[in-house]
Amino acid sequence: MDPLLAPLALETPFPRGILPYLVGGLLVGLGAAVIYLATGIIAGASTFLESTLSYVSDVERFNRFKYVQSRNWRVVFTLGIVSGAAVWGLALAPDPTIWTTDVQWWRLLGGGILVGIGTRLGKGCTSGHGVCGVGSLSNTSLVNVATFMTFAIGTAQLVQALGVSP
Amino acid sequence: MSDETRSPWFLPVIYVGGLIFGLGLAVSGMARPEVVLDFLQFDDFGLVFVMGGAAVVTGITFAVATRYLDRAPLTASEYTRRVKKFDRNVVIGGAIFGVGWGLSGICPGAAYASFGVGNYPILWAIAGMFIGAYAQGYVRSFTGSSGEET
Repeated sequence: MDPLLAPLALETPFPRGILPYLVGGLLVGLGAAVIYLATGIIAGASTFLESTLSYVSDVERFNRFKYVQSRNWRVVFTLGIVSGAAVWGLALAPDPTIWTTDVQWWRLLGGGILVGIGTRLGKGCTSGHGVCGVGSLSNTSLVNVATFMTFAIGTAQLVQALGVSP
Repeated sequence: MSDETRSPWFLPVIYVGGLIFGLGLAVSGMARPEVVLDFLQFDDFGLVFVMGGAAVVTGITFAVATRYLDRAPLTASEYTRRVKKFDRNVVIGGAIFGVGWGLSGICPGAAYASFGVGNYPILWAIAGMFIGAYAQGYVRSFTGSSGEET
């Protein structure tokens, strides 16, 4: 059975083991490294949101040169992410299946809106700051990651304490 | 990296890199909001190995490339590190992103991957991300604080 779907044994800090996490993390880094070594581009996932808006919006910020000239490859990068996850989930996983979340729609929508605002205001997300910025030992990214981790842990624990599940 | 200097391999390599990136997000559980929320609620600390493992790989890659390699073969771009200018938006944006991540259990790259594993309810989150990105861009176009940084 897929270890990520097994019931949690709460007496250990790693109830699902560490292997899927470590292997997944190394692959995320490898994907970013392939793009970087071939093109020099440090790819983050959240710029796609704004660069893609330039196709349909006249708002000045989205139509800056660096968004318009990168919007095509950012669409390709995102299609790659979707495809890679599909290859895993529908073919290579221990038990390939369509998986859907039980987290409630209002948490996804409301959280998504804040993620959209926060990542673009803060100049990056978990991949840009978290993986590439930390990998660059950038102080800006380390501060950003410490900030979003702190607020994410506080929010998740508060929502759980209020009895919202999942 | 203008179009004239780009190799025909540019988009295929971006796609393959994205494919490996998305495979990793799916394998790691980041594509599942439940797994992320278990981490944030201190029920499963495995996620530190995702960001840690990925940052070690990019860190070594950046260090080697900036020191020993000349220019990227497909674009003729120089190899640089990811160092963005610090200002208060880095903290304010990080805090807003953190509240959103803690509420939903999903971040942008993981959301695209989540859609890939067939998790169609994640479209709520992806729609929200576009709404949020649009809202901040719209407001900042008027306040003149859109800046040159992403």
